[in-house]
Amino acid sequence: MNRRHLLATAAFGLSLAFGGAALAQDKTKACFVYIGTVTDGGWTQAHHTAVLKAQEHFGDKVDFMWQESVPEGADAERVMTQMALGGCDIIFSTSFGYMDPTNAVAAKFPDVKFEHATGFKREHPNVGTYNARFYEGRAVEGVIAGRMTKTNKIGYIASFPIPEVIMGINSYYLNAKKVNPAVEISVVWAYTWFDPAKEADAAKALIDAGVDVIAAHTDSTAPLAEIAKTDGKVIGFGQASDMAEYKPSPRVTSIIDDWSPYYIKQIQSVIDGNWESRDTWDGIKEGTVGIGEFTGLPDDVKAEAEALRDGIAAGTVHPFTGPIKKQDGSDWLADGATAPDGDLLGMNFYVEGITGDIPK
Amino acid sequence: MDFGGINPVVLIASLMVAAVPIMLAALGELVVEKSGVLNLGVEGMMIMGAICGFMAAVHTGSPFLGFIGGAAGGAVLSLVFAVLTQGLLANQVATGLALTLFGLGLSSLMGQGYNGIKPPLTGAVPFGPLRDIPVLGRILFSHDWVVYFSIAATALVWWVLKATRLGLVIRAVGENHDAAHALGYKVQRVRLGCILFGGAMAGMGGAYISLARVPQWTDGITAGAGWIALAIVVFSSWKPWRILIGAYLFGGISQLQLSLQASGSKIPVGYLSMAPYLITILVLVIMSSGRAKASLKAPAALGQNFHASR
Amino acid sequence: MLTLEKRPTPSRFWTAATPVVAVLLTMVAGGIMFMLLGKNPFEVIRTIFWDPLFGEFAWYLRAQLLVKAGPLILIAVGLSLGFRAGIWNIGAEGQYIMGAVIGAAVGLAAFPTENRLIYPVMVLAGAFGGWFWAMIPAILKTRFNTNEILVSLMLVYVAQTILAMASTGFLRNPEGSGFPGSRNFSNYKAASNPELIAGTGMHWGVVAAFVTVIAAYVLLQRHLLGFQIKLSGQAPRAARFHGVNPTKLTVLCMGISGALAGLAGLFEVTGPAGQISIDFNVGYGFTAIIVAFLGRLNPIGILLAGLIMALTYIGGEMASTNLGLPSAAIQAFQGMLLFFLLAVDVLSNYRLRLFTAGAGPAKTKTGGAS
Repeated sequence: MNRRHLLATAAFGLSLAFGGAALAQDKTKACFVYIGTVTDGGWTQAHHTAVLKAQEHFGDKVDFMWQESVPEGADAERVMTQMALGGCDIIFSTSFGYMDPTNAVAAKFPDVKFEHATGFKREHPNVGTYNARFYEGRAVEGVIAGRMTKTNKIGYIASFPIPEVIMGINSYYLNAKKVNPAVEISVVWAYTWFDPAKEADAAKALIDAGVDVIAAHTDSTAPLAEIAKTDGKVIGFGQASDMAEYKPSPRVTSIIDDWSPYYIKQIQSVIDGNWESRDTWDGIKEGTVGIGEFTGLPDDVKAEAEALRDGIAAGTVHPFTGPIKKQDGSDWLADGATAPDGDLLGMNFYVEGITGDIPK
Repeated sequence: MDFGGINPVVLIASLMVAAVPIMLAALGELVVEKSGVLNLGVEGMMIMGAICGFMAAVHTGSPFLGFIGGAAGGAVLSLVFAVLTQGLLANQVATGLALTLFGLGLSSLMGQGYNGIKPPLTGAVPFGPLRDIPVLGRILFSHDWVVYFSIAATALVWWVLKATRLGLVIRAVGENHDAAHALGYKVQRVRLGCILFGGAMAGMGGAYISLARVPQWTDGITAGAGWIALAIVVFSSWKPWRILIGAYLFGGISQLQLSLQASGSKIPVGYLSMAPYLITILVLVIMSSGRAKASLKAPAALGQNFHASR
Repeated sequence: MLTLEKRPTPSRFWTAATPVVAVLLTMVAGGIMFMLLGKNPFEVIRTIFWDPLFGEFAWYLRAQLLVKAGPLILIAVGLSLGFRAGIWNIGAEGQYIMGAVIGAAVGLAAFPTENRLIYPVMVLAGAFGGWFWAMIPAILKTRFNTNEILVSLMLVYVAQTILAMASTGFLRNPEGSGFPGSRNFSNYKAASNPELIAGTGMHWGVVAAFVTVIAAYVLLQRHLLGFQIKLSGQAPRAARFHGVNPTKLTVLCMGISGALAGLAGLFEVTGPAGQISIDFNVGYGFTAIIVAFLGRLNPIGILLAGLIMALTYIGGEMASTNLGLPSAAIQAFQGMLLFFLLAVDVLSNYRLRLFTAGAGPAKTKTGGAS
């Protein structure tokens, strides 16, 4: 052990003393690190809504703390360290970019539990990961898109070329094609998570290209606002929250991120002292992926979408069921096989039928 | 008409709308800079305009009053800048950047509770049958009034700066404030007026985003449009009509790259998304290397504070 | 009537006292805002200004202050040289990104070789990345008379796209199962920039920031180049008579500020941030412009301004977490602090006078940019 190491140990020995003091209190403290503001209308707001639900559930038994707009990297590490020092018993870091900082801080505070959203690294026994099977919701959107399109052109506003987004595009397209073999998909990459004007422009570009059903994988409601200007010729979906203000049309349903069941469960397990490190990937079944009310759809389409939703929830239908080939024509899934989670989590290819390339 | 799946008429009509926020803000900033003041707080004033305009429109139900509210919001924030730089002779660059920081924070505080509300719609001007003229109808007669206002404002700013006494005074103050002072002009008062005008225009530009382009309020909705407006002022070499060209060029290429993607172009997406910035640079290089250097100069007193002691 | 009268020389007393006055005024104004938001103003102010320095966890936060201030100071010192000479590089954010990307690319190309030379080469590559990105506006300005404000600003957006392409493409961690982001440098010893003494926050970037402050101070005080820079800003024509070559000066100032921003990016990506990711840049390049002017373009002033800025970030964050303030309130509070710091600065150069009838108008110009 060199000198540097010794000092580090000493410094964090001190921190452990504080951590221990905090643990001695009987009230559990749950802390949340957010990438955006709690009123961003998208990703962070969805997390915060869940936190407020959990707060209601636990009442005075649990203290809640959160920090908005935390940049990734050094800042995230500092915020989490401060939270751990400040007596948090469980810390949820709610953005992919917090993956390495979460694991780094977790190494220094073995008594604090860490939960990282949408990542895959659990380098320490006190780190868990959680994610939602949003592709299940994309499948429901895909069926609606395939049935509802009159131009046979459907669109997808994508943020960055990462597996999460590519998975969504594939699921949306495959399930649209299943009900409408003539369907074609246009993907527009915005290269941003949040830029309302640009997201609206992307929707407009798709509409101008003849697309009449648009799914968005960016954070604001701007695409729906743009779609609303077409007087019902084009439809879209709520993303992250229900976006009920665009009911009944152009919003025909939505993917609602509802993290509250998971948060309540995990905080409860900390209270009970039986928290364990695991990777959780919940979907429609567990309620983490909520499918918003179907509005403005013909009855048969609505029934078909409901059936798919319920089938996925019951585990009888998997959105990725073979035979499926990759874009280059090579085989991916054999007839009847369903996609292994590993393939989905690292997905970096389009399925057969999608034109265009994934940006490199 | 169709070029590789892109309809140029639709593209032109779209870019005219897309360019409005940066055009209004850039026109305001042009007048500010003409008077010798550099206000880098455009982004902050735009977002204050976006929230104030949104609130005004939601509460009065009138989109027009919304734009007035947006202009007022931008102007009030610019007043802080004016007091600091003109009254207390604070450094303009730093004050402008602080203004952006403050505006982003304040707008988000004010906007709590306005998420998920739809503002009253700003409809297209009813041109009746004119709208159905092929090509021209879509390009010229299908927009809301702010699009026409932005063009009219360009003409007005150009005319005022070029042909009126007020314009002469503004330019004099911006070129040489000592001489202007000696001639008896109230340097600080002229600049105060220009700063307020710039704030109001930026505020209107911001309101156009939250009321017309993306009719909604979310935190940070301007997403950097103010910075582009600042760049467009430089691009214009401080000439009003070039603001229009710059804003249309930038807005047009931003639209075009998305349309190219939507219609399945083979150009790699990474290059497409850099294109608006690179092409703007390229065009400026061509423009600035071809002309006489003198015509490209910034106002001589730009960024310098003035103090007349008596 | 109240008027301002120019002091013959800046007041030493007020130069030192203005920051204190500004902080006090901000406490009052900010306190009112916090009260309106339903918080105890005294508690908030204490959390922002006192706790990071002397509170329970100050042993940790003081170190973090250096981590946060390091890149700000490093970039701001570089920018200040150009600003003094009237050269407007406002694209340090892009240069910061390119320094990180190119430096990281060099390091990752060598993976997994362990060699003492790797890090120095990466440092050079990082400085080169920033320098190269700043040379584009510099060359365009000197060759084609293209305005550097526009070019340097536009290149920030281009750099951001390159960053996204790097983290999802050419620098993506091949063992990261398809997720965006490069390898983490903390797992690659030869290329990492850890704390030099654990618990102090000191890493090579902070060291570089301190060294740069001293070097810039010496340059401006004692070196011919420093004189040329100052002269070009104050009197461009006179500078030309003194044999200052504006082309050379532009290339030099842009180059230095770009290289320092690139260095800041490299130290950040290999140290505190740890990896290239889509959102690696957090606005240091823009905040550094404020820091440069807040420090009156003086290296020592920049050092202090950088630390104050860092304090408001860290203290503000604590206030936000512990007291449940929206982060927007902290942003507005930072804006207020800057307003007051800039506003009271007037007292060091001017004195307030009740109106006195003087002889004839004596005009003075105050360089806004100096």
